[in-house]
Amino acid sequence: MSPDEHRPGAGANAPGTHMRPTDITDPQYFHKVVDCQWACPAHTPVPEYIRMIAQGRYTDAYMVNWESNVFPGILGRTCDRPCEPACRRVRVEDKPVAICRLKRVAADYRGDIEHLMPEIASPNGRRIACIGGGPASLTVARDLAPLGYHVVVYDRDAKGGGMMRSQIPAFRLPQSVLDEEVDRILDFGIETRFDTDVTSLQSVLDEGYDAVFVGTGAPRGRDLQIPGRDEVAENFHIGIDWLMSVAFGHTDTVGRRVIVLGGGNTAMDCCRTAMRLGGEDVKVIVRSPFEEMKASPWEIEDAQREDIEILNNHVPLEFVHENGRLVGVTFEKVRPVYDDTGRRRLVPTGEEPAFFPCDDVLCAIGQENHFPWIERDIGLEFDKWDMPVVDRVTFRSTHPRVFFGGDAAFGPENIIWAVAHGHQAAISIDRLCEGRDLSERLAPHVTLVSQKMGMHEWSYHNMISEDQRYLVPHADKALALGDIRMEVELGFDERLGFDEAMRCLNCDVQTVFETGRCIECDACVDVCPVDCINFINNAPEPELRQQIRVPALDESQDLYVSDDLPTGRVMVKDEDVCLHCGLCAERCPTAAWDMKKFLYHEAKAQNQRLGP
Amino acid sequence: MSFVSKPRFHHPRLPRNSLGLTRRDYEGAMSTLCAGCGHDSVSAAIVEACFELDLPAHRLAKLSGIGCSSKTPTYFLSKSHGFNSVHGRMASVATGANLANCDLTYVGVSGDGDTASIGLGQFAHAVRRQVDMLYVVENNGTYGLTKGQFSATNDRVSVGRKGQRNAFEAIDLAVMAIQLGASFVARGFSGDKDQLVPLIKAALTHKGFAFIDVISPCVTFNNHYGSTKSFEFVRDHEHSVLATDYVPYHETITASYAEGEVIDVTLHNQCRLRLRKLDSDYDPGDPVGAVRYIMDRQAQGEVVTGLLYLDTGDEDLRGKLEMTSRPLNSLDEDALRPSPEVLEAINVSLR
Repeated sequence: MSPDEHRPGAGANAPGTHMRPTDITDPQYFHKVVDCQWACPAHTPVPEYIRMIAQGRYTDAYMVNWESNVFPGILGRTCDRPCEPACRRVRVEDKPVAICRLKRVAADYRGDIEHLMPEIASPNGRRIACIGGGPASLTVARDLAPLGYHVVVYDRDAKGGGMMRSQIPAFRLPQSVLDEEVDRILDFGIETRFDTDVTSLQSVLDEGYDAVFVGTGAPRGRDLQIPGRDEVAENFHIGIDWLMSVAFGHTDTVGRRVIVLGGGNTAMDCCRTAMRLGGEDVKVIVRSPFEEMKASPWEIEDAQREDIEILNNHVPLEFVHENGRLVGVTFEKVRPVYDDTGRRRLVPTGEEPAFFPCDDVLCAIGQENHFPWIERDIGLEFDKWDMPVVDRVTFRSTHPRVFFGGDAAFGPENIIWAVAHGHQAAISIDRLCEGRDLSERLAPHVTLVSQKMGMHEWSYHNMISEDQRYLVPHADKALALGDIRMEVELGFDERLGFDEAMRCLNCDVQTVFETGRCIECDACVDVCPVDCINFINNAPEPELRQQIRVPALDESQDLYVSDDLPTGRVMVKDEDVCLHCGLCAERCPTAAWDMKKFLYHEAKAQNQRLGP
Repeated sequence: MSFVSKPRFHHPRLPRNSLGLTRRDYEGAMSTLCAGCGHDSVSAAIVEACFELDLPAHRLAKLSGIGCSSKTPTYFLSKSHGFNSVHGRMASVATGANLANCDLTYVGVSGDGDTASIGLGQFAHAVRRQVDMLYVVENNGTYGLTKGQFSATNDRVSVGRKGQRNAFEAIDLAVMAIQLGASFVARGFSGDKDQLVPLIKAALTHKGFAFIDVISPCVTFNNHYGSTKSFEFVRDHEHSVLATDYVPYHETITASYAEGEVIDVTLHNQCRLRLRKLDSDYDPGDPVGAVRYIMDRQAQGEVVTGLLYLDTGDEDLRGKLEMTSRPLNSLDEDALRPSPEVLEAINVSLR
């Protein structure tokens, strides 16, 4: 990504020259101010749907999500939440708005949406194959089917959903929620070829599809070849395979003592599943320091709440077996050492290896892509890591009719990335079928509308809630551990959902400054609760960042700079901790400041036909 | 007015003073004045000055009369003592409070109506008496609360919003204060905090009567073309004579200036004022010259701002009255009742 993409609206600020006025007509400038939406791969308009939740408009909130991220009910429980660390509230106080759980509120309390589903156009004669029935493929299907495409989804399992079904345990994602959101797409007239193992891409291409989308994920769990591995094969399980076996009911017991290797979210799912299948002493043992575990913090918390012990800085050495049976694992103790560049090495402490007895080992140390079914001589290039060469904008491979998305494209990510890829691939496929240039993409659909209702009234709630982040209620631990299908997180009720929604700072309601109206009375400077507005002589950006009232140290947050004012100064606003409370606009005597709602919708395939 | 209260969240890196407080801790209630009112900037400057001086808010009393300006003490220093007196009578209340408890810092906030009209007599005598206080007039040349009539400080050449002629001569409160013997007289502009905040800091530290006439535009009734109290007019016609840098006593002055450019003045609390001459002809120690200078410039349509007059040698009211250095409200019976010997000596002297 070029530096300019990090600095939307900044124009070309040559080093050493004064800052140019910010170009707020660049849609990415205000988009970046909406930190959550900017961070979301699918660019879901988060504050917009949170306001709807606060208004009790759950169905509308659900639909805003459904348009953007396709699986609100699923993601409201399982999303990796890149939006939450980005939330401005983290910088203002401490904890982000519980965006993910609010998404679930919308899904839990929404009304009927059948009448809101897109009309399915009459068939356009084009046929699209989606290989793999996971979130990426389903997004492609959702975007293309309403345009009249005949979409065929292949999956090796009996039902659609891909890893959402096979890897995410039911106590985190109830089957009913999954079925509903997957089936809603399949009901768009999708032809399904489930229980079908695709063994040749060429044979699929031979069926004459206009385009083929590969959304087969990263289906191969990494193995751990250390001494004893082959001898204990019966009690050594690859994490994702084992989770799938549990999900489809083939496995329903596990040993009393279980060791889970790995520190990611799959490890957390494995250990918690093991607790529900008869495990009593379940340990997660991870190579890295605790702080560097890959699992989401809330998933680690959930595991710990279920009395699962997590040991860090232990590198597995050997599977110990007696009479052909696994009896335990020995580990080397290490400590992290960081070099000048911050790179970490794990250095043995020199202590005696540690031995932990166990009956089963679940190995969740990563997963990989695997494309044995793609012929290497059909014009589809693979790189030196044996990954397909895929364009990051169009998601097309080097084969003109084959597209990739989700984990299959660039390696393991998570559902929301798969959805984002699916949308872009659908756009590309539509352009291909329409004979248009794939590299040309539709601009986002953007509106910027004043929220002024009266003298000091706005159409959004600008009183800032000082509430702390609300905790989500959990099911009783004993009951939850006894039933693998019982959902642990109960979700917010409407009251909690409202209170949490009110914590949102409405970052999409933008402070828009009109230089020509300003009389430089300082009223906005005086009233701003977070000291982000300045009237100051212009300077090069590094100097300006130091000279304003509170220095702007976070360079990932932009400065909003006005044109020159009559006194020769400029208005400089540090976007970093702006509360979007609108007091600058309320105290402005000339309406030089206005609060305008900025709605940003990524272009989808249907926009290429139907307009915005 | 805004209906929401100001959020309590502040910038996480807001500086703290030696008391561990941020600037936000010196604020008051949300202003109910018109949006853009110059008075709110004066309040913000007082907040900034008190924060920078590390003043404990509970050791400060704010007093006012009636008017838009006199509402403002509600909008700063919510932890301070306050008294909102009757119209034009703030000076008397401040005088009494100061005599009763000299340990507090007194800030009086008044307007051009409260001071130059109904309270002119009160003002004149507070100046004469050298009451130890900061007296701020938020001067906008108009009666804002009664919908914009000319006030007594409105310049004769300054026309009303609909072009009305002003028939009467203006009172220049700063000139009057110099003539009546104030020991600290300054003029500021609500639109220039870089100048105003050091002036307020110096005035709060000064012992004796400190007067600051702050031109504070009324955005609703007196900020139009033809007004001499508008943001635009003041910016175009302001003539600053001295830049005032307040230097805490523990800091050394490092910047160097050519001889004759800088005047260093030591204040009551050992802090120093470094006055940088922006006009080499100006002498802030010469009251007659100061008045002449201000009136000359006024005749040319200019507004002289900055520190206009300073005399650190004069006594304040309590010194003139030879009062005890202890606050009167701390004197107990033993201190107040003469001993039998003293009483006898007095009686003997009267026989």
